[in-house]
Amino acid sequence: MIGDVLNWFGDPAHWQGPDGVPARLLQHLGYTALALVFALIIAIPLGLYVGHTGRGAVLLVSGGNAIRALPTLGLVTFLFLLFTESELSTIIGLVVLAIPPILAGTYAGLQATDHGVVDAAQGIGMTGWQRLWKVEVPISLPLVLGGVRNSVLQLVATAAVAAYVGLGGLGRFLLDGLAILDYPQVVAGALLTTLLAVVLDLALAGVQRLLVPKGVRLAQAASGKKAKV
Amino acid sequence: MGDFFAELGRYLGSANNRSQFFGDLLDHVYLSLVPLVLGLVIAVLAGWLGHRFASARSVLLVVSNLLYTIPSLALFVVIPGIIGSKILDSVNVIVALTVYTAALLVRPVLDALDAVPPHVVAAATAIGYKPARRFLSVELPLSVPVLAAGVRVASVSNISLVSVGALIGTGGLGVLFTDGFQREYFSPIVVGIVATLLLALIVDLVLVQLRDVLTPWDRVATTAGAK
Repeated sequence: MIGDVLNWFGDPAHWQGPDGVPARLLQHLGYTALALVFALIIAIPLGLYVGHTGRGAVLLVSGGNAIRALPTLGLVTFLFLLFTESELSTIIGLVVLAIPPILAGTYAGLQATDHGVVDAAQGIGMTGWQRLWKVEVPISLPLVLGGVRNSVLQLVATAAVAAYVGLGGLGRFLLDGLAILDYPQVVAGALLTTLLAVVLDLALAGVQRLLVPKGVRLAQAASGKKAKV
Repeated sequence: MGDFFAELGRYLGSANNRSQFFGDLLDHVYLSLVPLVLGLVIAVLAGWLGHRFASARSVLLVVSNLLYTIPSLALFVVIPGIIGSKILDSVNVIVALTVYTAALLVRPVLDALDAVPPHVVAAATAIGYKPARRFLSVELPLSVPVLAAGVRVASVSNISLVSVGALIGTGGLGVLFTDGFQREYFSPIVVGIVATLLLALIVDLVLVQLRDVLTPWDRVATTAGAK
């Protein structure tokens, strides 16, 4: 079994052309990146607005939970039929599913900011914008980025499922392999998808380390709390 | 839009479709809730280990993070190779979702056990509770509120993930999606989506009730205005 999978990886034919590992990997990465950019553009401002002003919080939390409960496969097949079978419909589905974790992380981050700190910022004369960018955003960054990491994991997983409606990417190895009962190919696809998810998650953990201000890290370490992801 | 509702009416009007739907719904409930219970039991056992032994704790957190990172479809198809089941067996989905549930709940279990006030544990020890009984009748019940939040997330995630199992041929409401897709037919897909959302909502409400029943002291504290 393990030998068969190794043979699959060792076959040079699986590393070339539009069906090869590099091409599929790049496709998968491309869908993930594209959907992530759109999700960030939508979710970050919305999360900051609701977290900062407190307006629409109930709607945001319940709406986010409803989207989380949406079955991936149902959404993808529904959009595919709705938008008459284009790749764009699948990307829309990915964006929809990538939004809730980022939104929840951003909102929770702002919510969890110590009120005393925000009051102090107001007390020394900071405007609303200054409070948001110089106090609330840096303090909530660990939770925001935790949300982004969850969202990326969701995207890598969903892009694989979306191969069912004809999207390219690593999911092709999984589903094409299942269709012809080529189990080594299925396992190879599963390993590659998992590897991509793990590598992206580790990369984002690195980004998190770089971006989170030292003061926030120290404060967290001192209070014994780890940033939850 | 009118066409769509006419089509939906025709779809739901067929007794055949209805009986298939209820069969899929029952499968779905079974495939999502069995892993929830199994995963919770595993997470509590693992959490107990991690709470007692500091070295087990960091290993548990790393392993559970890693397991949770594995994309669903990938885990579904690799399980047969590991446990020797058939590729189309629904046990694959149960095992995979149990892994996810346990991985998701390890951290909440640890957090919940950490949050139990040390003086309560000390008092229980002082009046003669042995460690195992103290864990089951003092520490675990007190951690229910924090734990319940994690279980609710896991239940929503399980109910939504079971559908992916349709791609590897197991039952559940996901069958409606593959069926609708192959016949280019909206009705089963819409029915499946709505049913999944409603199921997630109902299970969530039941879990909230269950939490309240299991934590009577929380209610007393709230009504007494102590909170």
